[in-house]
Amino acid sequence: MKRFLGFVKKEFLHIFRDYRTLIILFGIPAVQILLFGFVVSMDLKNAQIAFLDLSKDEMTQKISDKICSSGFFRRGDNLLSFKDIDKALRGNETKAVIIFEKNFGQKLIGEGKASLSVITDGSEPNMATLATNYVTAIINDFSRELTGLSAGGTLLVQPEVRMFYNPSLQGQFMFVPGVITLIMILICALMTSITITREKEFGTMEVLLVSPLKPVQIILGKVLPYFILSFLDVIMILLLSWFVFGLPIKGNLILLLAESMLYILMSLSLGILISTVAKTMQQAIFISLVGMMLPTILLSGFIFPIENMAKIYGWVSAVLPPRYFIVILKNVMIKGTGFLYVWKETLILMIFTAIFIGLSIRNFKIRLQSEGGRR
Amino acid sequence: MTYTTVITVRNLVKKFGSFVANDNLNFEVYQGEIFGFLGANGAGKTTAIRILSGLSEPTSGEVMVAGYNAKRQPEQIKKNIGYMCQKFSLYEDLTVKENIMLYGGIYGMKKALIRERTDALLEKLNFREYRDRLISDLPLGLRQKLAFSVAVLHEPKIVFLDEPTGGVDPVTRRQFWELIYETADRGITVFVTTHYMDEAEYCDRVSIMNEGKVVALDTPAELKRQYQAESVEEVFIRIARPGKNEMS
Repeated sequence: MKRFLGFVKKEFLHIFRDYRTLIILFGIPAVQILLFGFVVSMDLKNAQIAFLDLSKDEMTQKISDKICSSGFFRRGDNLLSFKDIDKALRGNETKAVIIFEKNFGQKLIGEGKASLSVITDGSEPNMATLATNYVTAIINDFSRELTGLSAGGTLLVQPEVRMFYNPSLQGQFMFVPGVITLIMILICALMTSITITREKEFGTMEVLLVSPLKPVQIILGKVLPYFILSFLDVIMILLLSWFVFGLPIKGNLILLLAESMLYILMSLSLGILISTVAKTMQQAIFISLVGMMLPTILLSGFIFPIENMAKIYGWVSAVLPPRYFIVILKNVMIKGTGFLYVWKETLILMIFTAIFIGLSIRNFKIRLQSEGGRR
Repeated sequence: MTYTTVITVRNLVKKFGSFVANDNLNFEVYQGEIFGFLGANGAGKTTAIRILSGLSEPTSGEVMVAGYNAKRQPEQIKKNIGYMCQKFSLYEDLTVKENIMLYGGIYGMKKALIRERTDALLEKLNFREYRDRLISDLPLGLRQKLAFSVAVLHEPKIVFLDEPTGGVDPVTRRQFWELIYETADRGITVFVTTHYMDEAEYCDRVSIMNEGKVVALDTPAELKRQYQAESVEEVFIRIARPGKNEMS
């Protein structure tokens, strides 16, 4: 046991001495979370919105006030004619324009129906959709308020808006599970395969194998530090998304952490498997990046929904472990469901882990026995 | 003189499929001797060393190393041998001290003992000021000497050196061999493979392998006499070149 601990300590020293490893371990996850988080969430805070009010009555005034006091929009120019719309949107500052038709207030009271147009900048599709949704929701809210115009109604506006928007706000944070999934595959599979092939390449593996350390101890000793650090990574990502973006964990925290450990274990055994196949660090990097990273980003449902994929990609996606972990994370973190809803995915991850470990042991034995003939 | 045997190899055969890497090897190595293990690339040296160091199992035959059976007790063998390979065996991103502590720890040595031997070792090699320096800052010659000293830190019965002096300048090689002599004088058996034929002259006994067989084994002087050669190099060339094979 003492031998083993000394060996683990050495692996930690390798990690802490190499700033590149540290950047990959902690820098990349933090940057990714912050980048994704700000790029997506900053968009709809204080977006400038312009009005072309052809009616100029009490109603339009109320609606525009409501929109501008929601916190999502800030009042821009008051446009005078249709010609100005194009100019306003081209100016880059204005993200949306709202047009009230003539006699808006009169129609609304008299006919119970009035129309307004929302024009957004389609060159920023994400922004445009969000703005449209938000404006629509605020208007709906306003008309509901109008129909049940009882005392104290206006006071209730603010909290109602918030409750209304919470679900879609969470939707923005769907990237957190994706980032965790991606980062873990990156760190575990890539880093372990590199660290093991590095010993092979430098010839230190030979020395270790001849030593009293058992092969299992060598592999465990190399992998254990990465297990611990990856787990710290998960916690760091969760804390970051909570403190910086206020993303709550709806489900059971213990379940979430346990599932994360399983996924880390799976990724580590994948890394070990890669290292039994790769002869050099370069091969290991290539297999990990091209073989794992790209499919994870493109096919695991991280960015593109699996339901929309061509059938063949769906099949490829079925053999990608990250796909199942994303499902687990989304369920536990965001929907707040329990183990009963994710047991299938959990089982699949366990099977993957077992397969990877089994294959690794087989490869390792073959290599040990056959290498003597070489060189 | 009486010799204690530390390695006994009898009828050792190792096959990979239909390929015979070691074809019925027979030899003994005595305690405290420097045993040169020569042979062209692919002659089966590495295979034999891997079996002797408990890394791979013999197909048949009996191999005893440091009193343990290579087939049944490889774990015991591993505790009683040291190993240094042709590729460099220390970690470049660790300091001299950390490397020594690591290997001492792996061989189950007590901390106090490691510290004591570390001090003695650094003193002997004039290494004091390098104690907390990274290995990557050291010149190659120093690293090689250090790697060897680390391989015998736990006072093994036998140390295997697999082409230890590859890529080292003649002066450092000379110094390296002085270390080897010192170690052998302490009673540690040195089992060394090399490509440098002048180094073969430094060995107490030399065995030469060819196509999986040991074709010659004796002291350098005796081999030269038998083959009527000027040097071990000449002996080696006669044996390793097909057609000029003059076995006695």
